[in-house]
Parts: sequence; C-alpha cells; structure tokens
Amino acid sequence: MATLEISDLHAEVAEEGGETILQGVNLEVSSGEIHALMGPNGSGKSTMAKVIAGHPAYEVTGGDVLLHIDPDEFEGVDIDDDQTTWDLLELEPNERAALGIFLGFQYPAEIEGVTMVNFLRTALNAKLEEREELFEDEDEETADGGDTNEDAAGYDTSPMEGPADEGDVGVAEFQEILAEKMELLDMDEKFAQRYLNAGFSGGEKKQNEVLQAAILEPSIAVLDEIDSGLDIDRLQDVSKGINALRDEQGSGVLQITHYQRILDYVEPDHVHVMIDGEIAKSGGPELAEQLEDKGYDWVREEVYEAA
Amino acid sequence: MSSEDLQDTDTEARFEFKKKESSAFQAEKGLTEETIRVISEDKDEPEWMLQRRLRALEQFQEMPMPDDWPGAPDLSEVDVDEIVPYIRPDIETRGGAENWEDLPEEIQDTFDKLGIPEAEKNALSGVGAQYESEIVYQNMKEQWEEKGVIFCDMDKAVQEHEELVREYFMTKAVPPSDNKFAALHGAIWSGGSFVYVPEDTTVNMPVQAYFRMNSDGMGQFEHTLIIAEPNSEVHYIEGCSAPKYSAFNLHSGGVEVFVKEGAHVQYSTVQNWSKNTYNLNTKRAIAEADATMEWVSGSMGSKATMLYPSTILKGPGATDNHITIAFAGEGQDIDTGAKVYHNAPNTKSTIESKSIAKDGGRTNYRGLVHIADGATDSSTAVECDALMFDNESTSDTMPYMEIEESKVDVAHEATVGKIGDEDVFYLQSRGLDDDDAKQMIVSGFIEPITEELPIEYAVELNRLIELEMEGSLG
Repeated sequence: MATLEISDLHAEVAEEGGETILQGVNLEVSSGEIHALMGPNGSGKSTMAKVIAGHPAYEVTGGDVLLHIDPDEFEGVDIDDDQTTWDLLELEPNERAALGIFLGFQYPAEIEGVTMVNFLRTALNAKLEEREELFEDEDEETADGGDTNEDAAGYDTSPMEGPADEGDVGVAEFQEILAEKMELLDMDEKFAQRYLNAGFSGGEKKQNEVLQAAILEPSIAVLDEIDSGLDIDRLQDVSKGINALRDEQGSGVLQITHYQRILDYVEPDHVHVMIDGEIAKSGGPELAEQLEDKGYDWVREEVYEAA
Repeated sequence: MSSEDLQDTDTEARFEFKKKESSAFQAEKGLTEETIRVISEDKDEPEWMLQRRLRALEQFQEMPMPDDWPGAPDLSEVDVDEIVPYIRPDIETRGGAENWEDLPEEIQDTFDKLGIPEAEKNALSGVGAQYESEIVYQNMKEQWEEKGVIFCDMDKAVQEHEELVREYFMTKAVPPSDNKFAALHGAIWSGGSFVYVPEDTTVNMPVQAYFRMNSDGMGQFEHTLIIAEPNSEVHYIEGCSAPKYSAFNLHSGGVEVFVKEGAHVQYSTVQNWSKNTYNLNTKRAIAEADATMEWVSGSMGSKATMLYPSTILKGPGATDNHITIAFAGEGQDIDTGAKVYHNAPNTKSTIESKSIAKDGGRTNYRGLVHIADGATDSSTAVECDALMFDNESTSDTMPYMEIEESKVDVAHEATVGKIGDEDVFYLQSRGLDDDDAKQMIVSGFIEPITEELPIEYAVELNRLIELEMEGSLG
C-alpha cells in the first residue's frame, strides 16, 4: 500500500518570470485506487503530472509531494521504519521511478536505435538497482554505490542489449515477462524489436506507455491523457491495461483525461476537476457524468461563488 | 623502461621521454632524403620503392598545407620539420613493450575499462603481438592459401609479392600527388596490411588487422592495399579500438582498395587516437563495373582529424556505401566525410554520416559527390545527422555536389540536434539516471554503424563512446 500525498503544491515554469501554473494543489492517491483528473485545457493537469515525476522545466515554489510506502511491497530490500515516507521533490526523476512513481506521457519521446526489449529490460534493472541504493544510502553511509567494473565484464548478446548478466533480470527471463505482458495488452510481438516509439502511431504509443507501466509495476501511475487520439478498439485495449494495473498489480492510478469516454471502460473511484491550477471540486464517478453534460463552467462558477 | 617513466600523461613529458630514445635521429631535423634512404634500407626494399619514396618526398616538399579550406582544422602545430625525429622511437619499440606492466598506465586503464581480457589486451596493445600475430596469420594462411588469398604485412608484401605491390602501390588510387599528407605518407610509410583475393573467391570471415597496429613499429604511417579480383568478396577490418600510446603527434595512413568487376569489398575501421594526434589520412577505392564498395568507419580521439574516404565509381553499375561516425570532445576538431565520383552510368552511392559533439568539440561533415557528364541514371543519397550535448559544441555540414549530368537522382538531408531534454527526461522517468539516459540515446544514434560491425568491434565502439562521455579517457 503506497500513498501519494500532494499538499498545497505551487509550481511555475522554471525560467525567469516563468508563469505560475499550480496554485495550491491538494490530492491524495493510494495504490488500488483509480482517480480521474479532469479539467479544461491549460488548467495545469499535465504540469502537475510532470512535477510529480520531476520534470526540470518546472520549479516547485511551495507545498509538498510525499510518497508513503509499505515496506512489505518492496521485495528483497530491507526498509527501516523511518524510510517509509519520501519527499519526492528532493529526488531525481529516476529515484522517484525507483520508488514506484510512473508517468505515462501524452507525447512520449521517440528514441531511434534503441529496441523496446533492450530499453525495457535496462529500465527494469536500473529501477531495481536504484531502489537498493536508495535504501542502502539511508541505512549506512559506507554503502558502496556499486562496483564500476561490474559492467565491464563483457557482453554475451548483441552490444545493444547490454551484458547478458548485468542486472537482476537476465535477457531470457525478461523476454518471457515481456511476451506475457504484451499478450495481455494484445500487442504484436514484433513490437519488442522495434525502436522505442519511433514510427509508432498515436495509438501504439499510448499502448506502449501502458505496457511500460505493466512491466515496471509502479505503486502510483500518473497517466497523462492516455486516451487522446485513440480509436475505439485501441481505447478498449488501453483501458484493459489500466484496469489490470490496478486489479493485478494493485497500482494506484491518477488518470488525466479530457473526456468521459475512457471512464466508460475504466471506472474511477474518485473524480477531480482542476481549474486554474487548483483542484476545484472532487467527487465520485457521477461527477464525471455531470461534467460531460454541463462542461466545466458550472464548476468554475461554483468555486467563485464559494470564494 | 618502467611504467613510472611513462605515467605522466603530459604530452610534452612523453615526447621528451621518447626523444631520449631517438638519439640516432636527433641531428636530422626535418624530412630529408637521407632519412628516407635509411628507412628504405632498414626495410631492405627494392630500388623502385626507394625511388617512389624519394619522389613522394619531393612532392611533399612542394605542396602547400591544406589550410586554406573553409573551416579546415587548425594544423599550424603540425611542424613538418619535427616529423622525422618522431619515427625513430617507434622503430626502437618495434615489437611493442615486452610486458603488459611496461605499458603506460593510461593504456592499461583503458583496456581495463573496456573490459578486454588479458590475452586480447596483449594483442591489442602490441605486447607480444608479433608472436600473437604470427599465430593468427598462420591459422588464416592455411585456410586461405589454398584459395590463393594473400593476407600479410605490407612490408612483407613488398618482398614477397613485389609485382602486385609495384603495380598497385600509390599508382592508381592514391598517388602521392593527391595531397600533401598522401605525399608524406608515400615518403615515410611503413607497415600496414596487404590483402589479395583472387577471382571468384569469397572470404567469408572478416579479415582483421587490429592486433598489429601497435606492434609494427611505424604503424602511424601504415599503408593498406586491398585488391579484390572480379567476383570476389572480402570484409577487411582495420584499426585498434583502444587509444594509442604514441609520442607521435601525426598519423598519416593510406588505404587503397581495388574492387574489380562484380567484386564486393567492405572496409571497416574503428580507431581511437590519443588526444595529441593529428589524424590526416587518405583512403580511396576504385570500383569497376557492378562492383560494390562499402566504407564503415568510427573516428574517435585525436586533436584534429581530416578523413574523407573516397570511391571512384569507374564502371557501370558500381555501388558505393559510406557509413561514418565521428565523436568530438573538448578541444577536438573532427572533420570527416566522404567523396564519391560517379564516372559511369547506373552507379549508385549512399553516404550516412553521424557525428556527436560534446564539451565544446567540433564535428564537421565535409563531403563531395561528383556525377560526371554521361553518368546517366546514377543516384546518390547523402544523409548527415549531428547530435550535440551542449551549447558550447559545434557541428557544421559542408556538402558539395557537382552534378554534370541531368538524368540523375540526387538527395541530401542533414539534421543537427541537441540531445533533447524531453528525451532524457522520458528515459529518466523510467528509471535510468541522467548519464545512462544520454548513453542510451547516443548508442541508439550510432546503431546504424554498430550493426554493420562484427560484435567485438560494436561492443568496443559502444564502450569507447561510453568512456568518452564519462570523460574518463585521457
């Protein structure tokens, strides 16, 4: 059980005179829950997703982003009682990933020359290694950050695949994991040998984001407009993947969306409306239906009236 | 010689150290006829080779430095008068150091970082390489000799295959008159490889010559001559993918490739020079009808490199492909590219050039595609991609196209990009740290090169770039 706790979060664009985007966000997402975050364009939804993941383009000017973790969920790592709460804002993006934060991108990067299978195995092993280091470093200062000669042992496989024995998950073992997850998402096995997102259609990219979440098994997955630009078949595949994240891995999902459409397939436990960099209103699934009918203006009016 | 003597990586100090060894030539400042005669005599060469050397020397002395090209690397430090005294120490160390421990520490370190096993290290570094290479040659010989394939040291080829060498050596592809450094090479060349593949013969494993680059004394001016008779096929791989220990500050190699009718030659090289080296080479292939020439090269290290492998598509239907990669770090100016002459109809060429610049380094693609009048239905496609790490680094593209025939297909595409923050963040958000994310992007960027190379070279190329990116190569 992990909980992402965002309180009074303020953030602006990280440049001189940068625009203030988040103006005091409060939100709590726990594993096993699906939260939908809705709101008009420019209200700060994507910014919040990126701030959670540690994007350098934004500067946090106030508030906290904490992650509370359950030691039992981290297999093979000794976690002391005082290591269960982490201030994400003090960590690098890869350290946040290691602790179980996943960001599904609206526009994922295309990396030529790097096959999906190589990338995903590298990411999985990097995450496991970083995780050990995070808890070791807290534990004892003498902990060695890793033997630099370790990866100089040579390669058994293609050079692009990295040394066969590097990391916790070997090539053969990983192939199995990947095949299983891809089958779950109805993805063609040829995907594994394609270059990361390069030449993928919009739908394939979104599916790929969900596949990555399935493999990295985050405790909290923030999915930024994972449903935009999908046809109905692909929307169903992606939804199936999101449901599996919660149901089979127990991940918490913060799903950013414009449309009610995906919520027909992925039923949220909570729905939040962000307006002008704040969560203006929260409710259950019925809130999404209201928004579908009435748009966002009535929420805005409600907020201003209350103020 | 103890390793302590060589530990100081300061160029000046190393140079001074080497000078002590070179007392025989101390008095001979500048490149003289006398020097050339000594080299030739030392090698017991036939008179005609001595005469070619002397003629090349004359041409070298007459020609100007290539310093008037737009954007040419600064060669003002290349002091021709200092060149000759640099030769002797290498003769002294012919055969390499006797023990692994005697090698300079930076070389030992590099091999360790590359993760190369001890035996391979010895071969690569030139320790006992003559012994090692004898064995390698011997095995190869037995397999190939039956088919008439020749693969040997270039100096040995002058003795044992004199007629072939006399016909092809710097007469057709790279005459000394080609450029100042080709002339210099013609005068003081030494070592290198000779490859001869008879008609209708396919050498189905790559012919590799990296193990002998350091062992053979004056390898800094090595000459490679490849002759592929009609319908033969060979893949030759040259170079040492580890940094060279060298008191030289000049490497001027020469490569000549003859691809006869219907033959197919691939020449691959991964080379990494010490950061004080000026790397000025001339490489050229002549492709007859329906022949295919492929150049694959990774240029790393050096202070400045000027290298433009070229192919003359002489016969109809001939094809030429170039894949090059260059990496420039702090203080480095890597000026590379390709030249192709389409001199016959139905000829095709592709050039794919990739460069990476970091910490203020400069890369430049300098290319020439010439399509002669009458080379109808020929096509060429040039693609250059540059990747930069920071705002201090620079990358230029200087493609020259001389198209004298209208019935041709010409394409040129160039991209220059900085390693994108969004790309790095994407990988970081998946768990890779900043360095690993950048390394992965660069590995992907050079993937078209690595996939053309045998696995050992691809691995070493990747590792070298990784080490360059960490800034851990001296």
